[in-house]
Amino acid sequence: MNAKPTVLLVEDLESDRMLMRAAILRAKFPTSLQMVHDGEQAIAYLKGEGAYSDRAKYPLPVAVLLDLNLPKVNGFDVLAWMHSQPKLKRIHVIVLSASARSGDVDRAYDLGASGFLVKPPAFGQLTTMTLRLRDWLEINHFPPTE
Amino acid sequence: MSESIASLHLWTRMSASQTILVVEDREDDWVLMRTAAQQAQVNVPLLVVRDGEEAVAYLKGEGAYSDRARNPLPAVMLLDLNLPKKSGFDVLAWVRSQPKIKRLPIVVLCSSSRTEDVERAYDLGANGFLVKPTSLADLIGMTIRLRDWLEINHFPTVQ
Repeated sequence: MNAKPTVLLVEDLESDRMLMRAAILRAKFPTSLQMVHDGEQAIAYLKGEGAYSDRAKYPLPVAVLLDLNLPKVNGFDVLAWMHSQPKLKRIHVIVLSASARSGDVDRAYDLGASGFLVKPPAFGQLTTMTLRLRDWLEINHFPPTE
Repeated sequence: MSESIASLHLWTRMSASQTILVVEDREDDWVLMRTAAQQAQVNVPLLVVRDGEEAVAYLKGEGAYSDRARNPLPAVMLLDLNLPKKSGFDVLAWVRSQPKIKRLPIVVLCSSSRTEDVERAYDLGANGFLVKPTSLADLIGMTIRLRDWLEINHFPTVQ
């Protein structure tokens, strides 16, 4: 593959988005980062609708980092939708949540999440978590995106 | 807070059973995996079953495996695809069809990564797909990364 694989971050809070982006850059992810702000945008991105139809500019991701608390369409609904789509259901979705209530964790896995992470409060811990996430993505094999 | 103290807290998030079930038919691959887990300081027990049927029996708690104190449900399963009696794909599909254990995180650990196998594994609901490295050093490196991932991940309820 000539182009770097893409990771899609779905996060509505700008502060959290910027922190995650900073942590990902610091962890030197071997990927390009795309970001969307809510569940509706996430689905549009994955569908390749509107602006996102330009797949050269907005490639399908190998992994999605998904907040649960999103406006318009929440994280669970994004997961459920992806899970219903033949090609998209294969994409790694890693939930990035503010908390890990067991009901939420169970529901995320039921809807096909590959993993469930809790956003740590301190940037140092976020960096550690992001490094491990990078390492995990690096050892995994992914189906081809198209 | 130092990294080691943070790790201790992180580990408590694996389920109470805190075991990893390895489904592997080849003795030498199992010995390598066990060695790598020791070297990588994976501090939870690894249990092995040798074929797809044994895997299902273990997860059902059938026969020899009915004693859940000795044979607890694992927090995660490492699953080879090429297995006698029942293939890894069949085990994966079976787990995902069972109401109580369907959420069990399953990571495929396979000798090859043919595209059709990767696609099928994810279609059937695998949480990850790893390829067994050929050298022990590389296997240890991979196991460290797996361990690190398991430490930060939150696990679903499996019963």
